[in-house]
Amino acid sequence: MAYPYEHPREERMLSQYFGDKDAIGIDGWIERGGYKALEKALGMAQDDVIQVVKDSGLRGRGGAGFPAGLKWSFMPKDGKVPSYVACNADESEPGTFKDRELMRWTPHQVIEGIIIASYAVRAQHAYIYIRGEFVDIVRVLNGAVVEAYERGYLGANILGSGYDMDLTVHTGAGAYIAGEETGLLNSLEGRRAEPRVKPPFPAQKGAFDRPTTVNNVETLASVPHIVLNGADWYRQWGTEKSPGTKLFSCCGHLQRPGNYEVPLDFSLKELVYELCGGPPEGRELLGVIPGGSSVPILTVDELDCDVSYEGIEAAGSFLGSGGLIAMDDSTCMVRAVRRMVEFYAHESCGQCTPCREGTSWLTKILKRIERGEGREEDIPLLLDVGSNMSGSTICPLSDSAAVPVVSSIQKYEDEYMAHIRDGSCTAKR
Amino acid sequence: MDSESKLVNITIDGSEVAVPEGTTILKAAERLGIVIPRYCWHPGLSAPAQCRMCLVDVEGAPKPLPACVQQVQDGMVVSTDCVEARKARRGVIEFLLLNHPLDCPICDAAGQCMLQDYAHETGQLQRRAVEPKVVLGRDHVTSEILYFADRCILCTRCVRFMDEIAQEPVLQVINRGHKGYIDTMTDELFEHPFSMNIVDVCPVGALVNEDFLFKARSWDLDQTASICPGCSQGCNVALGTKENRIVRLKPRFNPEVNSYWMCDYGRGEVVRWGAGIRAEVPMVREADRLAPVDWSRALDATVEALEAAEGGAKAIVDPGASNESLYMVRRLMDQVGFDGGSFRVSSGPQHVLKGFPKLALREDRAANARGAETLGFGRVDDIYGAVGSHRGVLFVLEERLDDAPEDFADGSALFVYIGSVLSPAARKADIVLPSPTFAEMDGTFTNFEGRVQRFTQGLRPPGLARPIWMSGSVVLARMGGGEPFTSAAAAFGALADEFSAFSGLSYEKIGLTGAVSAAAESGATAS
Repeated sequence: MAYPYEHPREERMLSQYFGDKDAIGIDGWIERGGYKALEKALGMAQDDVIQVVKDSGLRGRGGAGFPAGLKWSFMPKDGKVPSYVACNADESEPGTFKDRELMRWTPHQVIEGIIIASYAVRAQHAYIYIRGEFVDIVRVLNGAVVEAYERGYLGANILGSGYDMDLTVHTGAGAYIAGEETGLLNSLEGRRAEPRVKPPFPAQKGAFDRPTTVNNVETLASVPHIVLNGADWYRQWGTEKSPGTKLFSCCGHLQRPGNYEVPLDFSLKELVYELCGGPPEGRELLGVIPGGSSVPILTVDELDCDVSYEGIEAAGSFLGSGGLIAMDDSTCMVRAVRRMVEFYAHESCGQCTPCREGTSWLTKILKRIERGEGREEDIPLLLDVGSNMSGSTICPLSDSAAVPVVSSIQKYEDEYMAHIRDGSCTAKR
Repeated sequence: MDSESKLVNITIDGSEVAVPEGTTILKAAERLGIVIPRYCWHPGLSAPAQCRMCLVDVEGAPKPLPACVQQVQDGMVVSTDCVEARKARRGVIEFLLLNHPLDCPICDAAGQCMLQDYAHETGQLQRRAVEPKVVLGRDHVTSEILYFADRCILCTRCVRFMDEIAQEPVLQVINRGHKGYIDTMTDELFEHPFSMNIVDVCPVGALVNEDFLFKARSWDLDQTASICPGCSQGCNVALGTKENRIVRLKPRFNPEVNSYWMCDYGRGEVVRWGAGIRAEVPMVREADRLAPVDWSRALDATVEALEAAEGGAKAIVDPGASNESLYMVRRLMDQVGFDGGSFRVSSGPQHVLKGFPKLALREDRAANARGAETLGFGRVDDIYGAVGSHRGVLFVLEERLDDAPEDFADGSALFVYIGSVLSPAARKADIVLPSPTFAEMDGTFTNFEGRVQRFTQGLRPPGLARPIWMSGSVVLARMGGGEPFTSAAAAFGALADEFSAFSGLSYEKIGLTGAVSAAAESGATAS
């Protein structure tokens, strides 16, 4: 069963049951081997579970790529204070829609991962913080949580192991910044979703000022597979630094957009041209954003790399969340970038001055260039404003807003100059 | 165990300093006299590190760090003035000024505005933005405080004051990002007895006190260290005066009394202080009328009358009078034979500042009731009862006697009124000695917990008004009671020698933040 398109070169571990309606309910899930990993994990010592995940090399799939097992090992082991796990399901990076499908088709895969993670870090309560717009997915998750309680996978004395744990699905109110892990924690507590100053990190002082592990949906969904099959099995895919498989949400000007799961040593070029079928008939690709709107744009010439964290970094961008956005030659780059920056201006929480003011200023300058009122000095101005916005704020939203501006000017300056000098646009419409 | 925290050595702008572990870079820099620019950080509030003005360069750190929250580490090398740190600050200032109206000429905060200060410092004269500025409106947040949204830099100090110190979180950032502004969550204005502190903490001119609006440019104000006379708390304040009038009060930091805060009642009260017809010249009763005279005639008449007096002396004093004035009245009474003195205190509801519970608007709405008690005056409800049948000398100090019965002093052989306001009852006196208000002279108050605090002269007294510790000491000297006092400090010195509750104290020791005498500390009261 494929969703929505299928390709034989995919390596479907997480997405094996995408499109399979029978896998959604708990009976179907158990038939497909579900909750075996949980049984196994509950028979292991907590630190051994952490060790397996550490050994597997699983890295955070939310965007930053921090090693998951290492993150878990920061949690206190003495159990003196309550601690929490928060599953970050606020998937809101433009171009990313993998977590949505993971939760839609395989809610128990995610829940199983959350329970194992909670057991490993000795948390008594876990939250799924999900963006409010995912109304249908919230229903699926709530149903799945009830099922898990009924079967004894959640609640007191899980599967007779003596381990107690609760799981709550918490809906956000629709803010991009609530996907930043400390913004998420503030929102979970009922505050404005404003990122916190770090340190202290969530593992020291997270939700309700208690130690908390925040993991992305895809990260947690990978955990049961690793626990069940072992670290070496997981390392059959990917590279030394980026083991395993990853879902890529491919969208934009592609023949077959959709979620594709590939090993992390897969070729980016093949992902774009073969799996996704490349640009529509008669079009040329202009550029590809490989990991959500917060990462630099790659030109067509820069796609010759593998999709590992380090591979894409060497090519000049980042793997990010795996939200691949392809743009063909009908794209006005200035307009596309303006649209992205406008998004960040709308979503800036407004705490930090450079982000609050810089995002809206960048938008205004880009709008001016777009409508043909740009000046040549706007180019160095955009770059300088971008540099003043980078590395100077509490969270990386400000940097993210500057990224498309800076990378597009570096790589597509001609397009800007066409707007500025001739009042024209290079997009082939 | 060593109770002292460990010291760490760091270098800031080339100078080394050793500070306790856990100190922030911002605090450590202050020890070297380096003030790192900041907006959202306020010493009395939490540090959200959000204005990004205090970014400094730390050797080895991948990006500039906020000095307000970054704790020092041993061997840290910080630069507040290198190219990177300067560029970061310049950037923040430019961002803040993007939509700022630059209406300094009509802004109350001009001259005391941190945005103005740091904008000048960066020296960026050319505006790079060609986009029109966003124009927002202004609105009341309380009935007395105006919010100018255009000027606001969203540092959230006001929000945090209401949240952390007032502990009534009524203010919020409404909307997010560049659409944010400060407001209450409802359409209604909020009320809080300490609301005016949000004006003080505002680093720019976004929150202004309507009472002060357009009254003065901040640089035209003279500042005088004083004590708020509004209640028995004794908040340390700075009087802002212009053209011999008090135009505003600002709290003066004192960790033992009021921290950085004071209540709204005190501010309003003091700005209206001294209202009424002032007593400007000494007056002596001649036949049926009070005749204005010069001081030498007034003192002659006083000495003469007191020497002839019989039947002892009673007094009605005001608990807002200074220790020195009360002391002098006491000495004058002793000269004739002390027969008891009383005072009454107007009261109102107490409001504790929850986030700094040492501070409250106290029930006793007078600055020196404790001092009056210490000097032998008794607190009563009915100040007139005790003097009704009195046949000797009656002294009244500062009490306005607004509700006095027509004939309350008729029985007294001599009625000496010492005060700043010439109230109707005061016109019945035989001798009127005009005196300055607390703002017009030096002196001390004893607050509710026995802390003796100095206030200093900020205004010129009207006409011939003169403190009673001064004029009274001349009377005493003429009657054989030693040398006249030439300063409030000398009067206080004599007072401290005589009353054990003040023993060991002097103006020097009290300084500008007050002191508690050893006797008062151990629980002893009046001598």
